[in-house]
Amino acid sequence: MKTEDLVALLAAGDITPPGPAAGRLYATACGRGGLIAILLMLTFLKFRPDLLQALWLPMFWVKIGFAAALAAVGLFAVLRLSRPGARLTWLPLALALPLLAIWALAAISLANALPEEHSALFFGKTWMVCPLLIALLSIPVFRMVFQVMREMAPTRPALAGSAAGLLSGAVATLVYCLHCPEMGAPFVGFWYLLGILIPTTVGAIVGNKTLKW
Amino acid sequence: MQRTNRVEGFQAREERLKALLMRGLAGENAAYQSFLSELSAHLRAFLRRRLIRLPDEVEDLVQEALLAIHNQRHTYDPGQPLSAWVQAIARYKLIDLLRRRAGHEALNEPLADDLHLFAASATDAEDARRDLQGLLAELPDQQRLPIVHTKLEGRSVKETAALTGLSESAVKVGVHRGLKALALKIRGIL
Repeated sequence: MKTEDLVALLAAGDITPPGPAAGRLYATACGRGGLIAILLMLTFLKFRPDLLQALWLPMFWVKIGFAAALAAVGLFAVLRLSRPGARLTWLPLALALPLLAIWALAAISLANALPEEHSALFFGKTWMVCPLLIALLSIPVFRMVFQVMREMAPTRPALAGSAAGLLSGAVATLVYCLHCPEMGAPFVGFWYLLGILIPTTVGAIVGNKTLKW
Repeated sequence: MQRTNRVEGFQAREERLKALLMRGLAGENAAYQSFLSELSAHLRAFLRRRLIRLPDEVEDLVQEALLAIHNQRHTYDPGQPLSAWVQAIARYKLIDLLRRRAGHEALNEPLADDLHLFAASATDAEDARRDLQGLLAELPDQQRLPIVHTKLEGRSVKETAALTGLSESAVKVGVHRGLKALALKIRGIL
């Protein structure tokens, strides 16, 4: 087929682009996946028993803010990486801000605590399950975000996949905050982050394999 | 002076092509056709400069890039320079091709010295690769028929729906999926 014939073929018929805008598709994916994650959490993990009192504690909202900030960065990165040629210069800074903030809080809380309390602040009571549970809760959002991304045009598939993983991990962390009783900033800055990094890493691998177009 | 002229020419082309694309995305077929055909000339020049040692690949890759641009046209953000978007797609397709070739050549390294032996069949394969119509024939009916009726025979979505017994949305989906499948088929052949 000659190139001019291909051009004629592509330009014929209904050429308006298919489907709703990317932002809406990703938001829907996060919403639906997040809802499934909430149902999973309610079925297998339950709310933390003191959830209503915890709502009045600043640290609860620090955890929510940390996860929400990473989810926002993840969503913007996912949107940008879905479009060929979009700029990403702000991404490292946007990613660094929530991390530096939680690490600063962690440093302050460790500095103010007695040495014998350090281990409790860092390990809490649930460090062994926390990253794994966050990774498991991220699966629904992960799958749905990838489904949308396959319809887009990521020119850097590994990076795009890891952004999708970051987004799903951060949404899962938001949900996990409703269950997790830990309130130490060092705990959040390490074990929560580790939980988010699991889907982020898996996303890079899956993205590299499946986001071809 | 010359330099400013060149920059202005670039700007003017960017704006012209962008206007054509936006009209095309709004459903204007003629504008979209001029967009794609002007773009194919730019793509050809861009890729020819980068495939000096593989001149036979240029036209195939122009077609691949055009197909990709069409299939991914919903990812263009009007706030973004068109040249950045197009160039990123062209470069992606170029790198993809070079990577596939590298893998292919590594796989067939023992045959490299006997290239003349297979030269004839290699040209055959190349002719076949260009034959999009042949690839189109391999698509399943619910993708092939919508493409053939709406894009080659110029029928409306409604007529095609009546003709094929598919719903109107299935016709639209069939065209979209079919063209994406076509792009993957081209990729898969080397």
